[in-house]
Amino acid sequence: MIPDGTTSKDPTKMPDAKGPSEQTETAPPREATRARTAEGHAVNVSDLHAYYGANEAVKGIDISFPPNEVTAIIGPSGCGKSTMVRCINRMHEEIPGARATGAVKLDDLDLYAAGVDVTAVRRLIGMVFQKANPFPTMSIFDNVAAGLRLTGQRGSDLRETVHKALRSVGLWEEVKNRLNAPGIGLSGGQQQRLCIARTVAVGPEVILMDEPCSALDPVATLKVEELIDELKERYTIVIVTHNMQQAARVADSTVFMLDGLVVEHGPTTEMFTNPSDERTERYVTGKFG
Amino acid sequence: MSAITQLPQISARRRATDRAMRGVLWTATGIALIPLVLVIYYLIHKGAGQWTSNFFTTDPNGNFFGNHGGIRSAIFGTLELIGIASAIAIPVGIAVALYLTEYGKDSLFANVVRYFVDVMTGVPSIVFGLFIYIVLVVSKVGGSGFAGWKGALAVTLLMLPIVIRSSEVVLLLVPSSLREAALALGSPRWRVITRVVLPTSASGLVTGSLLAVARGMGETAPLLFTVSYTMTATGNPNTLMNTLPVQIYNDIHSPEPAVIARAWGAALTLVAIVLILNLLARAISRRSRMA
Repeated sequence: MIPDGTTSKDPTKMPDAKGPSEQTETAPPREATRARTAEGHAVNVSDLHAYYGANEAVKGIDISFPPNEVTAIIGPSGCGKSTMVRCINRMHEEIPGARATGAVKLDDLDLYAAGVDVTAVRRLIGMVFQKANPFPTMSIFDNVAAGLRLTGQRGSDLRETVHKALRSVGLWEEVKNRLNAPGIGLSGGQQQRLCIARTVAVGPEVILMDEPCSALDPVATLKVEELIDELKERYTIVIVTHNMQQAARVADSTVFMLDGLVVEHGPTTEMFTNPSDERTERYVTGKFG
Repeated sequence: MSAITQLPQISARRRATDRAMRGVLWTATGIALIPLVLVIYYLIHKGAGQWTSNFFTTDPNGNFFGNHGGIRSAIFGTLELIGIASAIAIPVGIAVALYLTEYGKDSLFANVVRYFVDVMTGVPSIVFGLFIYIVLVVSKVGGSGFAGWKGALAVTLLMLPIVIRSSEVVLLLVPSSLREAALALGSPRWRVITRVVLPTSASGLVTGSLLAVARGMGETAPLLFTVSYTMTATGNPNTLMNTLPVQIYNDIHSPEPAVIARAWGAALTLVAIVLILNLLARAISRRSRMA
C-alpha cells in the first residue's frame, strides 16, 4: 500500500473506477482507514448554467467553496439551489433531458472536462439527500459497505472501514449490536446518519448535503448539525437548507440564491446581520420568499 | 356554546346509498367467485380419484380396453418444455424491461419496443404456434418436423411480452431516490442495477415471471402443431413430446370414460404443478430478501 498523504490527497488524480483489481493495487486505503490531515479541497464553480430541457434553472453562477468550511446555500424554493449542488458531483445529468455547461473544478481538476469518469467524480464528491434513502434490501452494515464493495474492499478491511464510518456519525453505540438488522428499521434521524456514514465510508473529499434535515425532528436535526461541525475538519461541505437558523448555526459562509443566480455570498454572520444586498436582507428577515 | 351531547345526524338517504353500494360490490365479488370455485370443485371432484401412484409412474399406452396408462410422459414433457421456455423468456424479458426502465426510458426506440410488446401481448397463442410451424416445423429445422424445443420456442414467444410488461411495472416501482443514492456513491449503472434495482424488485419480478410460466404451461394450441403428441416419455427435446395440455386435449375426445377421467386427473395435476411452483418461488424470493 502507498503511504497516506501522497496520491490520496492529490485530487488531480482520479480514483480508478475501472476495476476492483486495479483499485486494490494502486488506490490508497480510503477515508476511515487513514489518518487525515486537516487539508480539505476547494470547489470552484464558474459560469455554471444548468437546464431541464429548455428551462434554464441555473443561469450563470460563480462560487468558490473554500476547503474545510461549511458553505450553506439558502434561497426560496425553485431558485436553483439543489440543481446547482447536483451539478457539482454531476448528478444533475442523471435526470432525463437535463444538462449543464460551465466549469466545476475540484482544486485544479475540471470535473466537466472531456473523458472524466462520472463515477470517479462521485466518489470524490459524496452526496446526502433530503430524504434518508437507505437501501431497503440491505442490512445496516451492508448499507455502509455498499459503496466500499465497489472498490474491491473485502473482509476485515471492509469491516474496519464500516465500523469507523458508523462511529464517525455517532451511530456506532446505537447499532453495534444489530449490524445485520435491515437499515430501514432505524428511525428517521438514524437513517439519515446511516446515509451520511455510507457517504463518508467511500472516502470523499467533499460532501454535498441537499436539505439533509428537512425530514427530521429537532433532536435528530441537532445531532446531524453537530456531526456536520465535526465533519468539516476533514471535508469541504456544501449544505442546501431552507432553515435559516440552521444556516446560521452550521455554516462558515452563506450563499443567497434567487431565480438561478447568486445574489450574495459572504461570511454567515455578516449575511444574517449586515447583508449588503437589500434582497438578502428581506429574505433572511422573512419579509419575502 | 353548549357542550356536544349528540353526534351530527347522517341523513337516511346517505346511509341507504352506503348500504346499497356495499351490497352491489359484495354481489359482484360473489358472481366472480362462483365460476372460480366451480372449476376448482370439478377438478378435485373428478380428478382427485385418478391420482394413484400408477397414474404418475406410467405412460399412456393407447390401449382402448383394459389399462390405459398414466400421464408420466405428459408431466415430463410439460416440465421440460416450460423449463426451456422459461430459461429463455424470463432472463430475456427481464433484460428488456431493464433496458426500458434504466436506459431507454422515454426515448423513441423504447416507446416503439413498448408498443410492439403490447401488440404481442394481444396476439392469440395459436398465431405463435403457426409462426413456429411455418418457420421451423415445415422446413424440418434440426432434422425432424415436430419437436419439443420448437413448442418451447412458441411458448417463449407467448411468455416474453408477459414477462416484459410485468417486470417493467415492478422495476418502475423502485424509488428513483435509491438509484440516485447508489449513483452518488460512485456506482456505475450496471452495479446500481445488480445491487439495488434487482434485489429491491426481486419478489415482484418473481411474481410476474410466474404469471408467465403459469400461462405458458397451460397453452395447448401452439403445441398441437409444433410438438405434436407421443405416448412415451423422452428427455430429448428434438423429438415429439407429450405434454399435459395436449394429453388433456386428446383424452377428452375419447369415447372411453376411463380415458376422459384421465384428462381430469391430468388437469388437476397441471393446476397442482402451477400451485407448487408458485409456493416454491414465493418461499425463495422471501428468503433472498432476508439475506
